Amino acid sequence: MSFRRVIFFVVAGLFFSTAGAAEEFGDPVAGKTVYNKCKSCHQVGQGARHRIGPHLNGIFGRKAASHEDFQYSKALQRAGRGGLEWHIDTLNAFMENPRALASGTRMSFKGLKKAEDRSNLLAYLRTFSDDPANIPEADPTATPTDHDIDPAILALEGDPEYGEYLSSECTTCHQADGGDDGIPSIVLWPEEDFVLAMHAYKNKKRAHPVMQMMAGRLNAEEIAALASYFAALEQ
Amino acid sequence: MTLNRRQFIGTSAAMAAVLSAPMVKAQGKPRVVVVGGGAGGATAARYIAKDSKGAIDVTLIEPTRKYYTCFFSNLYLGGFKEIEDIGHTYGGLAAGGVNVVHDWAVGVDRDAKTVALAGGGSLPYDKLILSPGIDFVDGAVEGWDLSAQNAMPHAYKAGSQSELLKAQLMSMPEGGTFAMVAPPNPYRCPPGPYERISMVAHFLKQNNPTAKIIVADPKPKFSKMALFQEGWANHYEGMVDWIGEEFGGGNVSVDPNAMTVTIDGEVVNVDVCNVIPAMKAGRIADMAAVTDGNWAPVNAADMSTKADADIYVLGDASSQGDMPKSGFSANSQAKVCANAVRGALTGSKVFPAKFSNTCWSLIAPNDGVKVGATYEATLEKIAKVDGFISKTGESADVRKATYEESEGWYTGITTDMLG
Ligand SMILES: Cc1cc2nc3c(=O)[nH]c(=O)nc-3n(C[C@H](O)[C@H](O)[C@H](O)COP(=O)(O)OP(=O)(O)OC[C@H]3O[C@@H](n4cnc5c(N)ncnc54)[C@H](O)[C@@H]3O)c2cc1C
Ligand code: HEC
Ligand code: HEC
Repeated sequence: MSFRRVIFFVVAGLFFSTAGAAEEFGDPVAGKTVYNKCKSCHQVGQGARHRIGPHLNGIFGRKAASHEDFQYSKALQRAGRGGLEWHIDTLNAFMENPRALASGTRMSFKGLKKAEDRSNLLAYLRTFSDDPANIPEADPTATPTDHDIDPAILALEGDPEYGEYLSSECTTCHQADGGDDGIPSIVLWPEEDFVLAMHAYKNKKRAHPVMQMMAGRLNAEEIAALASYFAALEQ
Repeated sequence: MTLNRRQFIGTSAAMAAVLSAPMVKAQGKPRVVVVGGGAGGATAARYIAKDSKGAIDVTLIEPTRKYYTCFFSNLYLGGFKEIEDIGHTYGGLAAGGVNVVHDWAVGVDRDAKTVALAGGGSLPYDKLILSPGIDFVDGAVEGWDLSAQNAMPHAYKAGSQSELLKAQLMSMPEGGTFAMVAPPNPYRCPPGPYERISMVAHFLKQNNPTAKIIVADPKPKFSKMALFQEGWANHYEGMVDWIGEEFGGGNVSVDPNAMTVTIDGEVVNVDVCNVIPAMKAGRIADMAAVTDGNWAPVNAADMSTKADADIYVLGDASSQGDMPKSGFSANSQAKVCANAVRGALTGSKVFPAKFSNTCWSLIAPNDGVKVGATYEATLEKIAKVDGFISKTGESADVRKATYEESEGWYTGITTDMLG
């Protein structure tokens, strides 16, 4: 008897959150205006072709960097291989700051800071993704979360001595001299990019299991310490 | 008038002071001796020398002039690497300020705090780090002892043994049989024997497709078992016969002269037999009397032994808790130890211990899998915090990326160890 009640509550909760999340999807008409910022590089709609960036038809549910006939950056290809798919949450994070998901992305766009712009834009793009009935359930219902990293985290100053100690855990895989065969180089990066990338693994926005595990147990100070250490590493 | 001994020492010390002041200073420095220039020892020596910036005198004792990594030695068997790709010299360590002495350590005097060398003489230490890897337990496989290692190689220390096994594999008759006697837990590199089976199968599929592989295993299951079995079914259908504990895989004897293996009473004629016996800490750990049973128990916070606070044991030889015996683990433990030893000798800051491990295995070309975890030091042991493992049924893209990562890791760890 009490078992049934538990099930009942879970189901009710599900309905509730679905209804709530659907409202988060913005206004496609307003989104069309926001899309002007993308137009110089991306086409969308009937007959859209690749330009500077790939066309954005059918982007929902697609694996990142999966158009065979487009030359993606290594970084985005790696993210795709690692399991990054475009859904409302990942697109939202990518729109906000492309480098947080793929540091070496060729998409030079600094990001849409306003959450409202992003949800309107995504509502607009979704109208070019398949028949909505074919869109995976998760896409229309997932809640866009706020991927803003607290500015306090970005402002943290790392202790370089601690960074040096922590870094020894990284150099088993990432070569200290910046070599990048098979595993990307992490030396001499702008600190902010480094911090964003590490938090994206920590928050599981980037998919790679090794790095999710490594970043998962580092706190914000430790990430800051590593960022400052690797940023200044002599060659 | 002849000088007596005391005067002689006094005079020569004074002369040294005049001739070369830095040398006298060097004699006042704290001394660390590291035994074994493998994944654990080389890393510890390099980090202590590098981070103490000359404040600590670091000597590494290692008999071989070239270290052949066990990691990737299976890829050499499979034809993915040349033997020279997995051999590394100690030039980088010497350039980094480590005194490299090519000799065997043959004894430890814990009261005098000295290590005896096979070539004569001894070296004093303030802190001694042992990372001697493994030796085999006598009598572990009936019919096999070290004198049989040419007929039935273990290839569980890389180098000439790996070359021997490869040569035997290449000269197997058409449709012949390759047997492996797998080791009981705990042993070096839990997925190692099964990666080896994969690589042998790959080689045979290319060169001798009707050959068969038998594995006699004393264990009921093994590391990444589901992943390996999936891979063997996909790539090497019908080729690998794994006989686990349930089917008598632990009831094994070998006859190196007759080239037979007897598994649970059944005698099998084999063409190649890779015997991987039960393992224990490298002998020098026993000689230093820091072992309890087969391994040397250590404190998780700094890898110091339970038996002696000035002796540390790293890598395969240690008994530390949850970490598998791997090169990655040994390298990770070495850095924690280096930080602690440096702190103890020079007062530098000691940070909390953090450990991690990832083991990649190659099943077939571009079909790589991995397992890994992070660990922390608790009072009793090194304890697992978090982990992951590749999944069965992963896409070819993911498996290829995983293999490429392992290549990156190999370059990373060998540079991290040896400079
Ligand atoms: C087939 C195979 C595959 C493997 N694959 C992987 C892998 O993919 N990833 C991974 O992380 N690990 C792997 N490993 C495990 C890895 O090789 C070991 O765990 C690692 O080398 C352990 O490091 P260590 O420092 O304890 O010992 P070792 O690296 O073996 O070093 C010990 C050194 O000590 C020296 N020595 C011994 N006794 C003395 C003495 N008395 N005096 C002076 N010197 C002495 C030896 O000459 C040797 O150089 C594999 C092992 C095998 C066998
Ligand atoms: C300056 C040119 C430029 C602008 C402006 C730009 N992009 Fe991009 N975009 C690119 C490039 C180039 C890529 C490929 C990136 C790579 O390979 O790393 C890309 C990739 C993408 C992807 C991933 C596509 C895939 O197939 O994986 C999406 C989604 C995307 N852009 C959306 C947008 C949106 C929405 C906007 C507007 C808010 C925008 N982009 C603005 C150039 C641009
Ligand atoms: C076991 C091997 C391993 C270890 C240890 C490791 N990394 Fe990584 N790292 C990887 C791999 C593989 C990737 C590529 C992941 C991907 O495709 O997203 C990566 C990616 C990264 C990236 C993003 C690179 C890019 O181009 O986008 C950063 C930043 C990073 N690691 C930092 C670290 C730091 C800091 C540490 C130490 C705390 C560390 N890594 C430890 C294997 C490792």
